[in-house]
Amino acid sequence: MKFSAASLFANALSGHKKWPEQFPNKEPKSRYDVVIVGAGGHGLGAAYYLAKKHGITNVAVIEKGWLGGGNTGRNTTIIRSNYLFDESAALYDHAVDLWDGLSQELNYNIMFSKRGVLMLAHNVHDVQSFTRHVHANRLNGVDNKWLTPEECKDFCPPLDISQNRRYPVMGGALQMRAGTARHDSVAWGYARAASKLGVDIIQNCAVTGIRRAPSGEVTGVETQKGFIGAGKIGVSAAGNTSVIMEMAGIRMPLESFPLQALVSEPIKPVFPCVVMSNAVHAYISQSDKGELVLGAGTDQYTSYSQRGALHISEHNISAICEIFPIFRRQRMLRSWGGVVDVTHDRSPILGKTPVPGLYVNCGWGTGGFKATPGAADMLAHTIAHDSPHRINAPYTLQRFATGRLIDEAAAAAVEH
Amino acid sequence: MMLIHCPYCEEKRPEIEFAYAGEAHIHRPVKDADDMTDEEWSHFMFLRDNKRGDHAERWWHANGCNMFFNAVRNTVTDKFLVTYKMGELPPKASASNAKLPAAKKTGGAK
Repeated sequence: MKFSAASLFANALSGHKKWPEQFPNKEPKSRYDVVIVGAGGHGLGAAYYLAKKHGITNVAVIEKGWLGGGNTGRNTTIIRSNYLFDESAALYDHAVDLWDGLSQELNYNIMFSKRGVLMLAHNVHDVQSFTRHVHANRLNGVDNKWLTPEECKDFCPPLDISQNRRYPVMGGALQMRAGTARHDSVAWGYARAASKLGVDIIQNCAVTGIRRAPSGEVTGVETQKGFIGAGKIGVSAAGNTSVIMEMAGIRMPLESFPLQALVSEPIKPVFPCVVMSNAVHAYISQSDKGELVLGAGTDQYTSYSQRGALHISEHNISAICEIFPIFRRQRMLRSWGGVVDVTHDRSPILGKTPVPGLYVNCGWGTGGFKATPGAADMLAHTIAHDSPHRINAPYTLQRFATGRLIDEAAAAAVEH
Repeated sequence: MMLIHCPYCEEKRPEIEFAYAGEAHIHRPVKDADDMTDEEWSHFMFLRDNKRGDHAERWWHANGCNMFFNAVRNTVTDKFLVTYKMGELPPKASASNAKLPAAKKTGGAK
């Protein structure tokens, strides 16, 4: 059914007890044209675009846990595209283009709020680096502008811009098209729209192997629910990508780290935008529920535990209190961790693999949520055409051998 | 925060004294650089096991004795199985393996 004011009214009359199931939980068929491994936003989105744009509807999305239960439901929901390099600007800005209007396209309110992302500069190096970013972004058609400390304060009133602080605000780069979205809705919206087009979503079904023909190409996946035949396999398994790819004999240039986030108790609307500070190393926004959402860097060691150490969160909180002293008495409500797969150049891998019929979308590290629609669209295109789109063509696995890295790690001028 | 046994200090110390130093037992190629292919360099530079389960890795007691050492840690439970000095064999190939608790396979795709 279509969500509308009329359907809301009709269901109100029956006490909201007759809403139909949004997407059925399917048992696997014996064979699909395409199997996507991983039902996060990226994987579900890829299935949706395969069906919608490329007419491939015999598709299954296989998930070892529950839908959207990995990094899609564990991030801090920030969306932005102010990356330095041309390749990154093209990919992330394509995603922002798709975020616009995604609620209407999916008929599902993903609550994309273009509230602006402000990146603070605290020293001369920050100022030089960020103004360079602003200029590079504008040459690439990505909106980004430089604000003075006073303009930063106007845009974000809780900010303390007094110059006697340990980390004084010397200005900021503001991307107005950037903002936040409701992360769970993204997974649910794509799942609902994809299953309406005939995609099967199979949860609680871990992939245990990838079966290949003697000639090398993939023939399907072994799972907890038995063998599922597949003409093509798209792996979109975030932190567990190395594990899945090893099943096809491919060793990946990835390491999986815990990334933690936390939220405060809900308070009245006080924080109008997203603020990131690379020098002090934390970022903050306020959810529509009123919680302050805090994030920072990864833990130092590789782990699949989906949890991290307390001193990382403590650092995160102290960094936020340093920039926003008004939050010093705020109590924290929940914290959690995800497993992020990090590449050496901090750019994703999105394209074909040495195994025919096997495609991979991974390496998004600490910033995959913002790219969800763009990554999904590119993965679908690459699978459907057996060749990458112009936008994701640079994001090959081979770049770690050829040396054509997209080194956002150095460009960001901050420890990731 | 994890407590990590430093094999040089011979005691457990809190994680903040240590720095993680990546996968262990990755040897720098001994071949002449000119004789190596890009793929071989890529294996050394970038490709990692990134294991889900028992993982051999290097740690650096940076705010302690300043020594590097190796460890086997389960990346699902974050429990250290053993730490051993640089230059020693990983415990799978040594006699101390008998003392190791059996690695638990908790969930996962394997």
